[in-house]
Amino acid sequence: MSTFNWSGVFDYMPELGKGLYYTLLISILGIAIGFILGVLFGMGRISKNKILYGLSTIYIEIIRGTPVLVQAIWIYFAMPLIINQAILDNGSFRMNSIVAGVIVIAINSGAYIAEIVRGAVASVDSGQMEAARSLGLGQGQAMRHVVWPQAFRRMIPPLGNQFIISIKDTSLLSVILVPELIFQGRQIAANHFNAVEIYTTVAIFYLAITLTLSFILRYFERRLHI
Amino acid sequence: MIEVVNLHKSFGDLEVLKGIDCKIEPTEVVCVIGPSGSGKSTFLRCLNMLEELTDGDVIIEGEHLSSRDININEIRTEVGMVFQQFNLFPHKTVLDNIILAPQKVRKLKKADAIQKAYELLDKVGLRDKADNYPSQLSGGQKQRVAIARALAMDPKAMLFDEPTSALDPELVGEVLEVMKGLAREGMTMIVVTHEMGFAKEVADRVIFMDEGVIVEEGKPEELFDNPQNERTRHFLGKVL
Repeated sequence: MSTFNWSGVFDYMPELGKGLYYTLLISILGIAIGFILGVLFGMGRISKNKILYGLSTIYIEIIRGTPVLVQAIWIYFAMPLIINQAILDNGSFRMNSIVAGVIVIAINSGAYIAEIVRGAVASVDSGQMEAARSLGLGQGQAMRHVVWPQAFRRMIPPLGNQFIISIKDTSLLSVILVPELIFQGRQIAANHFNAVEIYTTVAIFYLAITLTLSFILRYFERRLHI
Repeated sequence: MIEVVNLHKSFGDLEVLKGIDCKIEPTEVVCVIGPSGSGKSTFLRCLNMLEELTDGDVIIEGEHLSSRDININEIRTEVGMVFQQFNLFPHKTVLDNIILAPQKVRKLKKADAIQKAYELLDKVGLRDKADNYPSQLSGGQKQRVAIARALAMDPKAMLFDEPTSALDPELVGEVLEVMKGLAREGMTMIVVTHEMGFAKEVADRVIFMDEGVIVEEGKPEELFDNPQNERTRHFLGKVL
């Protein structure tokens, strides 16, 4: 172990810190937008409206059926070409890698969260909706005050799972040049030949993020008596 | 108050109600009995449109449920419903279960809704359970809360869908007592039930249904003691 310079890792903290910042930024924005998408498309999957149901199903199947890596590459490299050639015609559109990263995490987590939302809402006994409607509450009121609060409690464990998966998925964004943790780590390791120290530190950073999240989720689960 | 005209209800190819006609007068207590699968519950659920009518009509206080531009939420506030499985909202306390609809639908102020809720809890004998969650109550207590919740909307009629069928035998009495009290106060009630004792004692009229039609109806003493139809006799012979 004497050949490894562990204390030297601290010299690269500014770079690793920048990576951590982008990992957290993209995770938080991506998951927040993904949650909104998930709720919308999840409700679409339960909707009696055939168009909403169809759109939601297509979205979920496309995202679930393709790798995150392919989605990232497609959005960063292919989509700008389509926008420039087919829509703008003047080639002025530039895709920012961080924006692309947020889009990838959002649409990807959104598809999985949609299925979590659908499952949780469907798991609430149909008698709950009937009882609410029989009291004169409208469909929306019954959903908001009766079904949704019960569904939301059941969503928390699988949502936590998905959040952790999405955080780890941000590491794939290094291929589209997002300066997140593993991208920064690779830059440092390539220049200073300290792969063991840097990649181990990067792994610990990821673990610290996901363990913190697990802890917060467990706290919520306890508070909501799940 | 409630008039049912040639009501038909099908689920796909299965015709459950095959033309029901009946009239329920204000303050009348009507018990609906019959073998399982006879369409009793479906009939009841059509009365507040938890099931869509396939054909025919239900007229509640002059409003035709078959009409397209009907406000079903408004009609449901006039017709309370009590379910076999209680269907209390498990994430809300007893008090919050009761005040939800008065606040959201009737737009009552919270303080007024709470005051009314306590009056109703007194009526069903559960004032001390106001802050409990449904999971902390016995089946009989749950059903009494469910009755209070329905009454909080000041309905003109109450529908009971086998309200004691999911209860342990020793808890049936407390629920029936509350229902008897309601009947004495003049509430219009339609009760799908297997409690023949209750039907005999409380009902103004008993309807016997079988295979999606009303086979026979009459005052309880007539129907129970002197049934005219062979199917009624056969059914009563098994349950009495």
